[in-house]
Amino acid sequence: MSNQTLEQLAKADYEWGFTTDVEQDILEPGLSEDVIRVISAKKSEPSWMLDWRLDGYRRWLQLAEPHHWAKLSYAPIDYQAIRYYAAPKQKKQLQSLDELDPEIRRTYEKLGIPLGEQKLLANVAVDAVFDSVSVATTFKKELEKHGILFLPFSEAVRRAPELVRRYLGSVVPQGDNFFAALNSAVFTDGSFVYIPPGVRCPMELSTYFRINASETGQFERTLIIADKGSYVSYLEGCTAPMRDENQLHAAVVELVALDDAQIKYSTVQNWYPGDAEGRGGIYNFVTKRGKCAGRRSKISWTQVETGSAITWKYPSCILQGDDSVGEFYSVALTSKHQQADTGTKMIHIGKRTTSTIISKGISAAHGQNSYRGLVRIQKGADGARNYSQCDSLLIGDQCGAHTFPYLEVLNPTAKVEHEATTSKIGEDQLFYCQQRGISEEDAVSLIVNGFCKRVLKELPMEFAVEAQKLLGVSLEGAVG
Amino acid sequence: MTTPMLEIRDLHVRIDASGTGGTDGEAILRGIDLVLPAGEVHAIMGPNGSGKSTLAHVLAGKPGYEVTKGEVLFEGRDLLSIAPEGRARAGVFLAFQYPVEIPGVGNMYFLKQAVNAVRSHRGLEELDAMEFLSLAREKMKLVEMPEELAKRGVNEGFSGGEKKRNEILQMALLDPKLCLLDETDSGLDIDALRVIAGGVNALRGPARSMLLITHYQRLLDYIVPDHVHVLAGGRIVKSGGKELARELEDKGYGWLQAMRAPAG
Ligand SMILES: Nc1ncnc2c1ncn2[C@@H]1O[C@H](COP(=O)(O)OP(=O)(O)OP(=O)(O)O)[C@@H](O)[C@H]1O
Ligand SMILES: [Mg+2]
Repeated sequence: MSNQTLEQLAKADYEWGFTTDVEQDILEPGLSEDVIRVISAKKSEPSWMLDWRLDGYRRWLQLAEPHHWAKLSYAPIDYQAIRYYAAPKQKKQLQSLDELDPEIRRTYEKLGIPLGEQKLLANVAVDAVFDSVSVATTFKKELEKHGILFLPFSEAVRRAPELVRRYLGSVVPQGDNFFAALNSAVFTDGSFVYIPPGVRCPMELSTYFRINASETGQFERTLIIADKGSYVSYLEGCTAPMRDENQLHAAVVELVALDDAQIKYSTVQNWYPGDAEGRGGIYNFVTKRGKCAGRRSKISWTQVETGSAITWKYPSCILQGDDSVGEFYSVALTSKHQQADTGTKMIHIGKRTTSTIISKGISAAHGQNSYRGLVRIQKGADGARNYSQCDSLLIGDQCGAHTFPYLEVLNPTAKVEHEATTSKIGEDQLFYCQQRGISEEDAVSLIVNGFCKRVLKELPMEFAVEAQKLLGVSLEGAVG
Repeated sequence: MTTPMLEIRDLHVRIDASGTGGTDGEAILRGIDLVLPAGEVHAIMGPNGSGKSTLAHVLAGKPGYEVTKGEVLFEGRDLLSIAPEGRARAGVFLAFQYPVEIPGVGNMYFLKQAVNAVRSHRGLEELDAMEFLSLAREKMKLVEMPEELAKRGVNEGFSGGEKKRNEILQMALLDPKLCLLDETDSGLDIDALRVIAGGVNALRGPARSMLLITHYQRLLDYIVPDHVHVLAGGRIVKSGGKELARELEDKGYGWLQAMRAPAG
């Protein structure tokens, strides 16, 4: 491909980069026990919640940033220069969605996410998180009819304290890693979901994260519990304004599936990736983990990662229940100067547990893409099986793709298969498309979408369309 | 005199290895002259490695070749200065000797993209899914393409013969003016050859010209050419009527290569 093409590739526009003017309730930058007390007080939290946070903070102080093993390079982050709380000012508690600040409502409309329930065409309930707080949760009543709880995290702490205390940190403990510890100390909002036994959640649940304030980190926490025999499909989307500075996003997601329960968790991550020279962009350090606690339970992660300057995340499954199933489907696209170190961990503990890993990495311009995956079969995991397939696609010759598979098999009856391929986007394929009248730009997006198909078809319909569009936009400018 | 569909004048081509860091190769085409009037079908024959595919590729605009001398006119316009997709939209179609696979991209979706890219270039309205489907069904009948193949990825797991059938299907859908068919007959069984030749013949018309690259007389029994050219060592060493193909079948290429003019 021509140099010009590659340059344009690197310059694709970010459509979601606008900011919203709202009055903010904001904390000065800096982190200390006092800051954590203030956050906890702002959320009127019970004392056990504050103690839990402080415990996280103390662990964080003991931990080092995981610089050494991830294939990422970035300037050290100054944790005292970050604001740990920013919220749009609201005079009083919202009684209904109609009272929402019209500026914020407009923001979400621009992003294509209408928050008025009557306007929602698709069968999707939305929790919208704006900087540090949840501003709107739709379809609450409808869901409560089925006994389903879908609440902003801070509300869950008040309304479902038993469940929160029981499961918070049960999959990702405070001291799990540096970023998880930081999140435990300062997490602001996020979503909480509880599906009662035997209930099949009648609609997709969705959280939309939006960073707006400058110098602000976003630290949300999501906890989903699927009780026995229940099913839920959960979607997560993210965008942020274009800024020259790097903003930190350090989230934690915990999933718990009890006997025969299924959780399908889908992410389309499109945080601001920075500009063509590598200035700005979100640092996305996220810990996502699910526990298949019950027999025959199933957790399925699907992610399409096109944004962020840096992505560091490994959505994982702990397959504890016998016959439980873990899946990881991933598309990671790095263009411009983006770096992604992403993959999964499948920990097989129960008997006859199975896991599937399908990872598709696409690197263009100066993008660096690493797949890092661990499959561990514990001693007792008789008859466990894993299948992994990691494919990388390179566009141009200044980008990179790396694959780091780790295997730890402690049970001789286990079956583990791993396949990996790396290919350059074929000149022959491009020419074939062009010979049929298709422009080079459209050809690239066509070939990339074909490459990702196995993963995209795991996404719920509307999300798949969105993801395809995003892949195209992220590679935009491929005109020869 | 009317403008020919294609006019090639003293075309010299070599491998351009600048992009790959290698050294440029020797000349492959060494002075091709050819006039293809509108409505005519010309066959190009010649030994392996003589440059037949190279000629087709250069006409279609495939990267990796350098034209060191000569020119090519398509309907009187300079063809070589147009980008590959521009040539396709203007009506140049290449049925590949080795069609590539594009995994995961639905064949129908691909064809629809292609048809609409070409249509919008020609100032025609784009076809919607239903309109496209009925057009595609009609053309699929022409080449007896099973529906099942249309549902797969582009050429994904197609047999050799199925790929060739898919090429002719695309040709029928894109309605080109100049068709370059590179060994479309190789790898086809007898029945498939008849079907494909029927498809190609149905597309013959006063406004369409074809360049048929083949090794076998058999194809020319079905698609009868107006002229036959023999390409050897990067040059057209002999041209004649359809009977030339039969002569080649009997005698091989040796006698022609022997009488090749010395390089000058
Ligand atoms: N990319 C390349 N690098 C080096 N040599 C090449 C390249 N492409 C073609 N050639 C050489 O150019 C010559 C002509 O090749 P071409 O494919 O045009 O032959 P052909 O007449 O189509 O042969 P066949 O009948 O076997 O299809 C051959 O000697 C071939 O090896
Ligand atoms: Mg050839």
